[in-house]
Amino acid sequence: MPPARPYHSIVLIKQVPDTRNVTGDVMTPDGTMNRSALPAIFNPEDLNALEMALDFKDRYGGTVTVMSMGPLQAAEVLRDSLCRGADQVILLSDRKFAGADTQATSYTLKCAIDKLGEYDLVFCGRQAIDGDTAQVGPQIAEKLNIPQITYAESIIEADEGDIVVLRAFDLGTELVKCTLPCLLTVVDSANQPRPASARKRIEYKLAAIPAEYPKLLKKWPEFGSEEVLENYLAERNLMITVWSAADLNADESQLGLGGSPTQVHKVSYVVLETSESKDIPATPEAFRH
Amino acid sequence: MSERNVWIFIEQDGGKLADISLELLAKGQELAQTLGSQVWALLCGFEVGELAESLIQHGADHVLVVDHPELEIYRTLPYTRVAADLLRERQPYIFLVGASPVGRDLAPRIASAVKAGLTADCTDLQIGDYTVKKDNVVYKDLLYQIRPAFGGNIIATIVNPKTRPQMATVREGVMRRREPDLTRQGSIENITPVFQPQDFALQVLSREMREPTVRLKDSPVIVAGGAGVESQSEFDLIRELANVIGGEVGASRAAVDAGYISREHQIGQTGTTVRPRLYIAAGISGAIQHRAGMDKSNKIIAINTDPNAPIFQVAHYKIVGDLGEVLPLLIRALRERVK
Repeated sequence: MPPARPYHSIVLIKQVPDTRNVTGDVMTPDGTMNRSALPAIFNPEDLNALEMALDFKDRYGGTVTVMSMGPLQAAEVLRDSLCRGADQVILLSDRKFAGADTQATSYTLKCAIDKLGEYDLVFCGRQAIDGDTAQVGPQIAEKLNIPQITYAESIIEADEGDIVVLRAFDLGTELVKCTLPCLLTVVDSANQPRPASARKRIEYKLAAIPAEYPKLLKKWPEFGSEEVLENYLAERNLMITVWSAADLNADESQLGLGGSPTQVHKVSYVVLETSESKDIPATPEAFRH
Repeated sequence: MSERNVWIFIEQDGGKLADISLELLAKGQELAQTLGSQVWALLCGFEVGELAESLIQHGADHVLVVDHPELEIYRTLPYTRVAADLLRERQPYIFLVGASPVGRDLAPRIASAVKAGLTADCTDLQIGDYTVKKDNVVYKDLLYQIRPAFGGNIIATIVNPKTRPQMATVREGVMRRREPDLTRQGSIENITPVFQPQDFALQVLSREMREPTVRLKDSPVIVAGGAGVESQSEFDLIRELANVIGGEVGASRAAVDAGYISREHQIGQTGTTVRPRLYIAAGISGAIQHRAGMDKSNKIIAINTDPNAPIFQVAHYKIVGDLGEVLPLLIRALRERVK
């Protein structure tokens, strides 16, 4: 294998409500949901995508940039990404992005990738647990006009212009070779994501977006003003970049709810069927019949 | 378009038609009848022309056959090229794709190319009207794309009022296919694809696919375990019961995540959808994610320590008790009966 060049990777992540642990507090008696009772977490397969990108960087050198589209609270998963080893993180946040379906989301992320410039690989998790659609990755790849490798299990090797990747399905595997740049969606069996490093946790404790400055000032009043704080963060490379719609040079008609071809006609909370049912006591006698 | 045709993407591997494609042909016929239009099948592959007749027998009125060596093994870009070009040219009203690994790779790519709205993993499709009150506009006869959302905790009906085709991927096993009608008539049209060099950016170096070892979908009896199973040896009771009554073993996501059994056995929104004659749920609380995959079973027996577990609300027979105690009793009772 030739000593390959350093590669520039972009990882796209999402902060999601932890829909896998819906408990009694979340579902109200009338069947509606109390979403705020769900903790916001790093989408699990996006962690696998980040790990694959970091491992790729460990092997070949290069950079890992992590981007997330979401509300300002999503700065949390970006900070987490820094602590796990990302070089740079960018938050895409704007009211104009809100209500986006997968088409509008992929358009927004595509614009952000274009703005970032040169890249070799884009990594996404296979799907996010709040929507389970697995659509955004392929839709971005099409908009970037690059090939996609879904269900990526591992990167076998890379050279100047190609990458060899193993894809994993429930019923088999496929080994593919693909030109760069390309987009990968990563499955959860791909790897065991590394934890955040303790050293980096300290290093990035203050990493913040401007909206978080008041909170930081409250905790560390010695900074005195947002300006002093910002200078301090800037000197230490701790400012988390936030891009708005205006920063992306995007066609605003394709963003957010207005740019979404799909619309929600109706939402029904799941009502359990009441069927005729029979209780059976858990005794040997009862089962004899 | 006035024709309002319903297109189905036909998935095949080595000349074997995917079940989901046949299920979609049947559903497509239902939708087309409501719309007064036709079902068109889009069949891509190499040396697959023979399958066209079978597609007509299963509900296609017209089959587009795109037969080319470059389409022999599924690859995203050549397939996207073929489908997107045809969709732009012929403008169908609806385009349905199976929510299989292939379909979930292909459909979003195509939707992005033709700028159509796409809904993933639908469990039901209907035709109905959609009113935008704010603009006082009524969109007639749209495709209602019905799917579980938010981890399966809600059921959402999605529509694409403006973009065409209205695209959806549909879960396997949810719709029923029809018995082939050998007398059914339809037409076949051969299409010559036009590729671009960049369509071949990806090569398949090797491929190893195996036949499914678990046939959950076709099994008339399923015994499934969930989070209430506390050890591997308890899960072995599930296997034993399945053995005794000649059923297949299923599991909720919790049991799969716990490592008791492989993901192939998972039933629910992110696993297989089943509708057996008898479903025994042991230690499964019945989160909607799981129920979405089994609540159409003919008879459901639920065993759970929690009398308020949601599974009891869909169960026909309720057994409140610890599965570690209940299952051995059931197994013994069944064994005695066999003797």
